[in-house]
Amino acid sequence: MPVFWIFVIVLALTGAGFVMGRSRALSSVDGDRRRLHSLPSYAGALVAMSAFLPALVLFVLLLALNATGMILTVATLLATLIGLALSLRLVSPEFRARNAVETGVRGLLIAAASVAILTTVGIVLSLIFNTVEFFNLYPIKEFFFGLNWTPSFGGGSELGMLPLLWGTLYISFIALLVAVPIGLYAAVYLSEYASHPVRSAIKPLLEILAGIPTIVYGLFALLTVGPFLMSIFGPNGPTAAIAENGWMHAGTAVMTAGLVMGIMLIPFVSSLSDDIINAVPQSLRDGSYGLGATKSETIKQVILPAALPGIVGAILLAASRAIGETMIVVLGAGAAARLSLNPFDAMTTVTAKIVSQLTGDADFASPEALVAFSLAMTLFVITLGLNIFALWIVRKYREQYE
Amino acid sequence: MSDATHSAPHKPTSRSLHAVDARTKRRNASESRFKAMGIGAIGIGIAFLVLLLSTIVMNGSSAFQQTFINVPVYLDPAKIDKKGNRDLADLKKATTFTYAPLIQNGLLDVVKKAGIETDLSKAKELKNLISASAASQVRDRVLADPSLIGQTIDFKILASSRVDGYLKGRVKRADIAQDKNISVAQLDLTDALREAGVIHKGFNSAFIFGADASDSRAEQAGIGVSMLGSFYMMLVVLALALPIGVAASIYLEEFAAKNRFTDLIEVNISNLAAVPSIVFGILGLSVFIQFAHLPQSAPLVGGLVLTLMTLPTIIISTRAALKAVPPSIRDAALGVGASKMQSVFHHVLPLAMPGILTGTIIGLAQALGETAPLLLIGMVGYVATNTPDGFVDGFVSPNSAMPAQIYEWAKRADPAFYERAWGGIIILLVFLLSMNIIAIILRRKFERRW
Repeated sequence: MPVFWIFVIVLALTGAGFVMGRSRALSSVDGDRRRLHSLPSYAGALVAMSAFLPALVLFVLLLALNATGMILTVATLLATLIGLALSLRLVSPEFRARNAVETGVRGLLIAAASVAILTTVGIVLSLIFNTVEFFNLYPIKEFFFGLNWTPSFGGGSELGMLPLLWGTLYISFIALLVAVPIGLYAAVYLSEYASHPVRSAIKPLLEILAGIPTIVYGLFALLTVGPFLMSIFGPNGPTAAIAENGWMHAGTAVMTAGLVMGIMLIPFVSSLSDDIINAVPQSLRDGSYGLGATKSETIKQVILPAALPGIVGAILLAASRAIGETMIVVLGAGAAARLSLNPFDAMTTVTAKIVSQLTGDADFASPEALVAFSLAMTLFVITLGLNIFALWIVRKYREQYE
Repeated sequence: MSDATHSAPHKPTSRSLHAVDARTKRRNASESRFKAMGIGAIGIGIAFLVLLLSTIVMNGSSAFQQTFINVPVYLDPAKIDKKGNRDLADLKKATTFTYAPLIQNGLLDVVKKAGIETDLSKAKELKNLISASAASQVRDRVLADPSLIGQTIDFKILASSRVDGYLKGRVKRADIAQDKNISVAQLDLTDALREAGVIHKGFNSAFIFGADASDSRAEQAGIGVSMLGSFYMMLVVLALALPIGVAASIYLEEFAAKNRFTDLIEVNISNLAAVPSIVFGILGLSVFIQFAHLPQSAPLVGGLVLTLMTLPTIIISTRAALKAVPPSIRDAALGVGASKMQSVFHHVLPLAMPGILTGTIIGLAQALGETAPLLLIGMVGYVATNTPDGFVDGFVSPNSAMPAQIYEWAKRADPAFYERAWGGIIILLVFLLSMNIIAIILRRKFERRW
């Protein structure tokens, strides 16, 4: 029987259980509900819950054990019926149905909250297992310190991580070079100079940039920014006179991805810094104005130094976003792993290589595919570390003035 | 400023307070420079936004237009139905290769009738004007109604992507010397046919509702099927993330004791919010596909991965909404004898609902635009050509999703697909915009300040 119909039948039984439990509670006191401990619908809810939940758990367990067909159907339906019958027997005037239901609901709430833990455990386990498997096939030292990235599914590939890490850091650096000054100046202006109506008009406008999906930025990099940079720095551009053949040889480059990623990060930096600047107490400003400082002097010499730890935290958070960003670099940065200082060279990143090693008809047992998991592990550790550090800084700073 | 007074005995100056001295001038200049930098930064930010949006609209709006050709096709019984018995099984043996020449002949007749002078005298030479999809369009029509055989039927068929690109200005005469899919003579003919009204541009509803097409048929590709894929994914996200997120927030906000376990959950949630989305793709690949053997490319798996990704967003906004409900509400409920659970579910939760819904819609919008994790669970590289049959099939049969489809088009070699990708982005952004507007309206309408 298809899973869908099992589901429908169990749901129908659950509904029937509710009605049966409710009417049994009512009939046990001959319709005089004052004699019941709990409202009759609680008895119904209890029966419904004990019909549905054990069946659901059993069903998922059996699916995990690859049970199919008759066993799955019979076991699930049986569990439903047993749960229904047993709980129906419990219903009596003195039975504390509400307390039972509330205990059950509380359990459900805890289970829901634990999904977050389960997700983390799932991520960590899947990364660790596959990473260990990868290091059984490929020397760990060469992965972390290798300078060459030349995967070939035929074998004999070199899988050094450093060129990828270099590309990632270089692109993130350029992105921050764009985003930090613009975002910071914007935040300062919005929080210190702008009038209320201007602020409430500009802030959402800037935040639109943060709401645009990254695939859009990726396409923008690939089809607009790349060709534009090519026309300036490419072999036919004005810079070709300075450097032979121009600096740029393809539209996809570190600069392309970095610029676009920088645009994406502007609202991120500005809204975080805005919060932090607003948290600086007014008394500091008043003190500075009282000494005769102008607004910009106050900002430069009082507010920014006071907010510095928080701003550093915000920049670190932005950096972790940049390092983990995928779509922009997949479309905008190129595919060649290269250790170069020229920002107009095509380079590739950790995230882009995770995608390219795991898409297509790769054999998941080969080191060329498994390397993606160790790359992801590296990425996970780096971003997690940055985040924890940044949040720690931000929190420490916030407490300072509270 | 502060070091001004102490130095050598002051020479009494007779300058007016209204005359600004050099130092004040310098400071004021620095002040206005600083302010200008701020305005400049905001200007740059908004300029980027305008640039981005106008690029999207300029490049994408042409995807909503498509070039069509009106051709009367003589459905030659001698070719289509060689046995002459109109038997459906026999008719199906006639492939699209049988139909393509019929269309080309029809177009040649049109050219001759209109008296257009051209070097192209053979029907075969008109092949490049006509989309490869035209033959199957005619074939489907014949198979649906065999009685048409022998008649001359007017068809509105798609022009090839080169012709379409020529009319839209993407394909230029200067660039086609190396192109074996179109020639100068064919472009001349296109111009003539356009003046005769045979070739014309029309609204491209197939782009919005249609299916994706193979690499060689850019003119036929549509985003409709992957839109359905996204829709089913959003259903999964809504059905799982909303209840789980709300339940988790209620527990953390209303019931959880301050202990290690609660701290662990809190730390986990804030960290999950910062994990790069690609890592969630890895999780989906190894847990849902490799371990649980769920079908690859299925919207169900995509929905599960996106659920895990959106949960932190929903939990954070739900908790804020629950926190905003004043304790007096809870106290009043407890005071008249409600249990803790009743006070939460009967009083606090309904009051927090608008905030929860707003957060959920914003979380859904985020999930709708997310691409990276979908790449790893196989929603890219799959050509979404089939509409799912039925509700259950929509969840488990392979499909694409809107952002994955856009990525797929962006990666194809033919620039004709770029226009589709930009057009797809317009559709995606329209969805995101309307979701956000709904969220804002909800918030405006129901927000209560206590």
